[in-house]
Amino acid sequence: MNAEEIIRSIEAEHIKKDVPKIYVGDTVRVGVRIVEGGKERVQPYEGTVIAMRNGGINETITVRRVFQGVGVERVFLLHAPRVANIKVMRRGKARRAKLYYLRDRVGKATRLKQRFDRPIEKSGKK
Amino acid sequence: MLAANYCGLAECLGRLIVSVGILGTKLGMTQVFDDDGNAVPVTVIQAGPCVVTQVKTQQTDGYCAVQLGYQEVAEKALSKPELGHLKKSEAPNLRHLREYRVDDSSTFELGQTLAADVFEAGQLVDVSGKSIGKGFSGNQKRHNFSRGPMTHGSKNHRLPGSIGPGTTPGRVYPGKKMAGQLGNARVTVRKLAVVKVDGERNVLLVKGAVPGKPGALLNIVPANIVGKK
Repeated sequence: MNAEEIIRSIEAEHIKKDVPKIYVGDTVRVGVRIVEGGKERVQPYEGTVIAMRNGGINETITVRRVFQGVGVERVFLLHAPRVANIKVMRRGKARRAKLYYLRDRVGKATRLKQRFDRPIEKSGKK
Repeated sequence: MLAANYCGLAECLGRLIVSVGILGTKLGMTQVFDDDGNAVPVTVIQAGPCVVTQVKTQQTDGYCAVQLGYQEVAEKALSKPELGHLKKSEAPNLRHLREYRVDDSSTFELGQTLAADVFEAGQLVDVSGKSIGKGFSGNQKRHNFSRGPMTHGSKNHRLPGSIGPGTTPGRVYPGKKMAGQLGNARVTVRKLAVVKVDGERNVLLVKGAVPGKPGALLNIVPANIVGKK
């Protein structure tokens, strides 16, 4: 077994099998595990995927939403246990890999056209 | 004489050399998740198997130590004296030999194999190896100096600046930071936590970075805690 295979097998123990296929431009709902006063609960966070980085166990998505007039961007490590579940709500049409231009836009201009050629599989729900 | 007393001296100081270290190969880095769900950066190390090639005792050598060998190679890669030495312990052809001081070497026997399971998860270790060579480097890279202005008529871009006073003392003080070889030197990273031990494949996961590139030889020893009795 070479070094690469050993490292992949160590990562395989931590990689989630049920992460849905996510594309840049999609609207996703991420369930975030939050510990409050010794109690754990799952808080949903919904927004547009404006960037995806890395691959394998390091894969992250940047989810942007405008909340009370303030833009909020959160980066989620897809395979982290803190991310309880991810659901793709809507497939969006984007012509580039990073949608940072959405940061400079407000209101209706931030909308992305919906695309229907990419199916939303049901496996994302836990 | 001094060497003869060393084992005794170590006991006097109350410093118990509990277990030996091990030799290994750096395989690369990745990240794993701990019980709290935090991502932990880890280095994957192939630790051992190491063969005991020599046991040094107070009677024969004046101090107690174990010599471990690591990394099997072809016979032609070793010299005749090396092969002869390895033959005594009936060990395979091993490239690297390293000695570890122990308080009592009688628990070890020739030809015995030591592997990653000499360590346990949660233990602190010191990892030494050869750092990545950067060649002859200037002060900006080697000692984190600032550089001069690149424009506005400045000709001082990456110069070291003043290197000391003038006629008195008339020399440059020893230890002055200057350009020179950077890296390719033995570096020890201390007190790294062992995250996981895979005894089956002899793989150690150590939190944080260790010297060298993947494939580099590493020496992993239990952490030397300064001031600890």
